[in-house]
Amino acid sequence: MLEKALKGEPRYWAWVVFLLVVIGAGFGAYLVQYNEGLTITGMSRDVTWGFYIAQFTFLVGVAASAVMLVLPYYLHHYKAFGRITILGEFLAISAVTMCLLFIVVDLGRPMRLMNVLLHPTPNSILFWDMVVLNGYLFINLFVGWAALGAERKELPPPKWTKPLIYLSIPWAVSIHTVTAFLYAGLPGRGFWLTAIMAPRFLASAFAAGPAVLIMLAFLVKKLTKFDAGKEAIESLAKIITYAIILHLFFFFLEVFTVTYSAIPGHLSHLQYLYFGLHGHPSNVMPLMWLALTCGFTSIALLIVPKWRQNHKILLPAVILVFICTWIDKGIGMISGGFVPNPLHEITEYAPTGLELMITFGVYAVGALVLTILYKTAITVKQYKELT
Amino acid sequence: MMGVNRRDFLRIAGLTAAIGMGGKTAVDLLWPGQLDAAEGGIEGWWKSKTPENPLYPGDLARGKEIPNPGELTAKRWGMALDMRKFTADSRAAVIKACNEVHNVPSIPGNQNIKWIWETSFGHAFPDLEQEYMDNEVHDLPFLVLCNHCDNPPCVRVCPTKATFRRQDGIVMMDMHRCIGCRFCMAACPFGSRSFNFADPRKFFPEGKESNPTYPTRTKGVVEKCTFCTERLAKGELPACVEVSGGAMLFGDMADSGSPVRQALRTRYAIRRKNELGTAPQVYYLI
Ligand code: SF4
Ligand code: SF4
Repeated sequence: MLEKALKGEPRYWAWVVFLLVVIGAGFGAYLVQYNEGLTITGMSRDVTWGFYIAQFTFLVGVAASAVMLVLPYYLHHYKAFGRITILGEFLAISAVTMCLLFIVVDLGRPMRLMNVLLHPTPNSILFWDMVVLNGYLFINLFVGWAALGAERKELPPPKWTKPLIYLSIPWAVSIHTVTAFLYAGLPGRGFWLTAIMAPRFLASAFAAGPAVLIMLAFLVKKLTKFDAGKEAIESLAKIITYAIILHLFFFFLEVFTVTYSAIPGHLSHLQYLYFGLHGHPSNVMPLMWLALTCGFTSIALLIVPKWRQNHKILLPAVILVFICTWIDKGIGMISGGFVPNPLHEITEYAPTGLELMITFGVYAVGALVLTILYKTAITVKQYKELT
Repeated sequence: MMGVNRRDFLRIAGLTAAIGMGGKTAVDLLWPGQLDAAEGGIEGWWKSKTPENPLYPGDLARGKEIPNPGELTAKRWGMALDMRKFTADSRAAVIKACNEVHNVPSIPGNQNIKWIWETSFGHAFPDLEQEYMDNEVHDLPFLVLCNHCDNPPCVRVCPTKATFRRQDGIVMMDMHRCIGCRFCMAACPFGSRSFNFADPRKFFPEGKESNPTYPTRTKGVVEKCTFCTERLAKGELPACVEVSGGAMLFGDMADSGSPVRQALRTRYAIRRKNELGTAPQVYYLI
């Protein structure tokens, strides 16, 4: 089926070439990092994870959110998701691919990656994260591919995919839960030490993932005339509305516990993020407030059904959802967790140009994977509909 | 007898005699600062030191079964820093000795490597600082280092067992196994770990390593204080203890006669972030 990705208009090829150029630039930047070490990043002794791990965390959420399609479609036979579910599954594949790449580029000694398997360590959450992420990648590859292949032959999806599909539902929850556990089990990091981390992650993921999917569906419709269906988009928008409200609600719960208890080890991180600490304004303050503003504005736009159904309003609304959730995980999560450091000192973090180039490179790999998979899926689906 | 009571002394002497170890070695072990190269085999002694921490079974508590002849051994190593004995000079000497012995590079900026360093009371003990505390204590620079926690979160999170707990409680690093994921650095609540962001060999103060007998590290791995396992193996005390002028005590926490245990019996001591339950084995005598 993949040969479908080899035939396309010039516009398609121009896009592929563009992605390859970005990937090439990212790879070049990575070679510099490989030779010089992670010193080329903005990370430091105090902020030891940066942009890479933040993107990883965000994208795990995007990947997990495929469950928001899989569950209604396969478990509740919600037919409206018939055309879009495959887009969600393929988005998950692309997102998990990026996750794994972000882990690799973050490693100090990437050549030793296999040590995680050679010396399996069940008490390390990172070990489990690797297990669940790889598992999720394969489940989605098998399920998505088999479903598409069957569709081409006008057959129902093969029987053996059923158990895999059911498995993929809790599995999707597990990838983001385990990722939250990476953070939430560390003593002495007050910002992360919260039992609500996993639900908060899931809520923001179920807002961010479908938001990305709606943006993609609009784009795909514009470019290929492939329409995911009005009802599917409306249902997704509903899911996003609930999820973004939950996300901000969970955030409020966090703020309440931290500020009302006023325990310094927990409070100082929030203070740093939103107000700065010890008279030291934080470099992420404007972004954190922007995220909150975007979040609340998006709720205002989404909560009214009439507005939500109007695509001219829906699109900006989901873009706001994306900005809100991306800043929350892609920036606040790391800066808030590491600053102040365990000795209560402030070392700020900002990514470097090379770090950003590598980040864009990884995103471009994800976009390429997504392009190829979507191209294949849409060609198959449109071909079927034409005949 | 430096406060060792008679019963303890007899017990140690008896133990020493029973396993055929030179009495001098045992005494040296317990009274630092008077130590020569130890003699005599002590096989079997180490073996009896089974790991007591059930959280770290199997190879999470790796360690040699048979120590070198003359190796300093303990059931549970620990350290005490006598804050009243330290002077500016001895603090500087301690840091210098550690850095030189372990080829710790001096990297400018915030991607630096620190094994043992000076900080203020408020930074070392953020939860104990209060407005009206004794100025003398408050303004005293404190030396901080890896606490070789009895319940070390860094070991718990490491995905490759590159960070592991030896049977004698020392939390060690395998630089050849570490993949540089820095999970251990996120997990350590004391900021005791450093990552080699760049090749450390470019940053040796004199252009080359100060101690050719100690391995230099590569870029991309994490490192920290090791309680000088390489020196213990030769029967020597940690480098910092040796030059501290008696301000640092080192010994077996399982042995009530060890210098650390003796000091803890008579002096008020604090540990960093006791409330987190990592059970630091570095004690600060106030
Ligand atoms: S002080 Fe930090 S590095 Fe040392 S044992 Fe404890 S947790 Fe691990
Ligand atoms: S950086 Fe090395 S020692 Fe630390 S957790 Fe990762 S593999 Fe283990």
